[in-house]
Amino acid sequence: MEALDYSLVDWSRAQFALTAIYHWLFVPLTLGLGLILSVMETVYYKTGKTEWKRMTQFWMTLFGINFAVGVATGIILEFQFGTNWSNYSWFVGDIFGAPLAIEGILAFFMESTFIAVMFFGWNKVSKGFHLASTWLTFLGASISAVWILVANAWMQFPNGMTFNPETVRNEMTDFWSVLFSPVAINKILHTVTSSWIVGAAFVVGVSSWFLLKKRESEMAEKSIQLASVLGFAGVILALLTGDGSAQQVAQRQPMKLAAMEGLYEGKHGAGLVAVGLLNPAKKNYDDRIAPFLLRIEIPRALSYLSFRDFNAFVPGISDLMDGGYTGINARGKQQTAISVEEKRTRGQKAVQALADFKKARKAGNDSLASVHRTILETNYSYFGYGFIKDKKDVIPNVPLTFYAFHTMVILGCFFLIFFVLIWYLNQKNKLSSQKWLLGLAIIAIPLAYICSESGWIVAEAGRQPWVIQDIMPTFAAVSSIQTSSVQTTFLLFAILFTIMLVAEVSIMIRQIRKGPENVH
Amino acid sequence: MDYTFLQQYWWFLISLLGALLVFLLFVQGGQSLLYTIGKTELEQTMLINALGRKWEFTFTTLVTFGGAFFASFPLFYSTSFGGAYWLWMSILFCFIVQAVSYEFRSKKGNVLGKKTYEAFLLINGFGGTVLLGVAVATFFTGSDFVVNKDSLTNLADPVISRWLNPLGGLEALLNVRNLMLGLAVFFLSRVTASLYFINCIQDEAINARSRKQVFVNIVPFLAFFLGFVIWTFAGKGFAVHPETQQVYRLPAKYFINLLEMPAVLTLFLSGVLSLLYGVVRTLLKPDYRKGVWFTGAGVVAAVLALFLIVGLHNTSYYPSNTDLQSSLTICNSSSSFFTLKVMSIVSLIIPFVALYIFQAWRAINRKPIDQEEMRSGDHQY
Repeated sequence: MEALDYSLVDWSRAQFALTAIYHWLFVPLTLGLGLILSVMETVYYKTGKTEWKRMTQFWMTLFGINFAVGVATGIILEFQFGTNWSNYSWFVGDIFGAPLAIEGILAFFMESTFIAVMFFGWNKVSKGFHLASTWLTFLGASISAVWILVANAWMQFPNGMTFNPETVRNEMTDFWSVLFSPVAINKILHTVTSSWIVGAAFVVGVSSWFLLKKRESEMAEKSIQLASVLGFAGVILALLTGDGSAQQVAQRQPMKLAAMEGLYEGKHGAGLVAVGLLNPAKKNYDDRIAPFLLRIEIPRALSYLSFRDFNAFVPGISDLMDGGYTGINARGKQQTAISVEEKRTRGQKAVQALADFKKARKAGNDSLASVHRTILETNYSYFGYGFIKDKKDVIPNVPLTFYAFHTMVILGCFFLIFFVLIWYLNQKNKLSSQKWLLGLAIIAIPLAYICSESGWIVAEAGRQPWVIQDIMPTFAAVSSIQTSSVQTTFLLFAILFTIMLVAEVSIMIRQIRKGPENVH
Repeated sequence: MDYTFLQQYWWFLISLLGALLVFLLFVQGGQSLLYTIGKTELEQTMLINALGRKWEFTFTTLVTFGGAFFASFPLFYSTSFGGAYWLWMSILFCFIVQAVSYEFRSKKGNVLGKKTYEAFLLINGFGGTVLLGVAVATFFTGSDFVVNKDSLTNLADPVISRWLNPLGGLEALLNVRNLMLGLAVFFLSRVTASLYFINCIQDEAINARSRKQVFVNIVPFLAFFLGFVIWTFAGKGFAVHPETQQVYRLPAKYFINLLEMPAVLTLFLSGVLSLLYGVVRTLLKPDYRKGVWFTGAGVVAAVLALFLIVGLHNTSYYPSNTDLQSSLTICNSSSSFFTLKVMSIVSLIIPFVALYIFQAWRAINRKPIDQEEMRSGDHQY
């Protein structure tokens, strides 16, 4: 029996992470800046004041530079599902492919059609047509995000499907369940609104630079006024939907929640870690080493945020490994949890039942096939556990997930205060004199990106080892290709995307220094 | 609406997207002609701006083509992309470097310099067209792979589709027939690009050089295209037994398909005629500017017909030369009935999408590009 090369899995994961992280440097700015410049152009349309047109065109130039790299990095992500994750593509392509196709039909054409009008149409189409094109470009980008997030949410909470042993794949049975799953709704709203924070931080930061340089003060102040309001709205909505997301994680991916909080031993009335320093000496969940060197908790908050009950039991990693506690399962029902060992046993039963089913079908023994099918269906919820070699493999990277989560939350809180302060001082015409705050606003640009990327690290690293929660581990999803091929393409993309990023930042800086041009 | 109808309907949509993509490759063809038609910097700027308004359509069509293939025929996605790794990665590389080139080329601080971005456009213009043509040619000539869905229960190595050639898809470039289609697509893209320049740029020198390029490129296009078509129609194809679903080799299978599907035959012939009409009329009438529409429509019709020939009428559209029974057909590789039905409902929006694309295209191209517009600074690239 030929064995799968695990370095291939690691390199394939590394390549996906690389391309996804790069892609996500450009997408949130497209979504956030797209909204801001659409509002700016609306003001121009309503008032006819050329200063708003000039402002719109300036931000639109920066939008265009960023958009190009987003497109370049995006294409590889879609095709990578096939090139590097071919088993995944077949196993769940019946469900996962549909949102991607719909994204292409509904969103990509809208974006690519109207962005041309947005850039080239100023003197070719009416003001109304141009404004509509700007909004439709933003709408197209947002719809695109919606569909890819629906697909991602389904990987975290697979529902609306059934496994077909004849075709050896999962097949969609309920489109609306896939589209409107609570995980999808929260994920879409959380991701899109958090992108507004990135867009707003960018506009506030760049405008602050103008104020520091005492250039384009009117444009900068107006931009800050608008961006800080949208940024604040983004933070509030992201906090609310983040709370909803965390609640979903508590019910559907409790291991991820435990990793996010560094919670090894579950308890009733669990506290939320506000600030914490993990103990690097802790290597295993059962080594009895204290998980934290330092921890400041908000009492009972984790229980409340997870289950809306201050005394609710939140399982830790040990509880999830050993089972035996009573909690809410992925379907929202109370039940006594089973151990990972038991899940592995059931998963192996499911995999074996599939093999037996196929054999029986080939032999033409339908009654025996039916017996195996029943065993498969009974145990299918744990199908992926059948591939897990060591039960400890189901624990994600705790330090990475923990620190990414807390970085995101702390920065989210920072931006709440930041946008309020910036808005208030700008409103009172006192912002220009607050040089420290203007400097901080420039630093806040990379902080917004760190916040946004951290969210994705929590979502993706926290769900490991699953590519489809409980159904398919990541290593079973990989293509059968040479590791050296993936190493080569990894290196190629790393170089190419880094050059693109450097070029983008360099062009952006030049454009910003140049400032807005006169309207013609 | 039964399962077979939905499979055929989605093959039709995939084919239509593929056909539109081949027409939209005029952007790539135009890039490859940048220095041939544009002799001065101003002329090159005009060419770049003419193409720069459309490059995203080509890009989007390619991405949607991939997404639609994934959704409707996921076994193709997993087998071809996961196997012909280097062929697809090379294609993607050609398109990645294109995506930033328009935006960055003339911007200050672009790190790599204007010439590098123009080199990227040339790479995309030559590589993108030839490689895509070669990839599509394998639909007719076959590849070396096996598909075994039972592998999923092999806990140590559960991969279903395996590519057997160590060149990872690049071996397709060693097949003369594949190369012929690749080169045909390349020269065709240069013909449509030249016709597009004639249509949307108001400049005597560009107009004259574009007309010359129509002639220069139509000749090799016809040679490679006819060579590929005759070889393919005369050679053995990959037929599927309608009852047993067994795949077998059948002489002149694709020609038989053409004859037994009169609508496709009509589509193919009218496509070729329309393609030639646009070219010939442009060459004969110096003030004629609308050849791109006739030739473009002809390209779409002819390519659509080729896709329909290889996918419909009990044919394997992605054959395996190693294991005939691993070959992919629209029946054994498609999504479930439910998924195809859902996506078919969504696809009803396509005419609306086509309508707004048409309106936007018209609005932007209403006034041809000229030197005055480029000098005014009212351009992007």
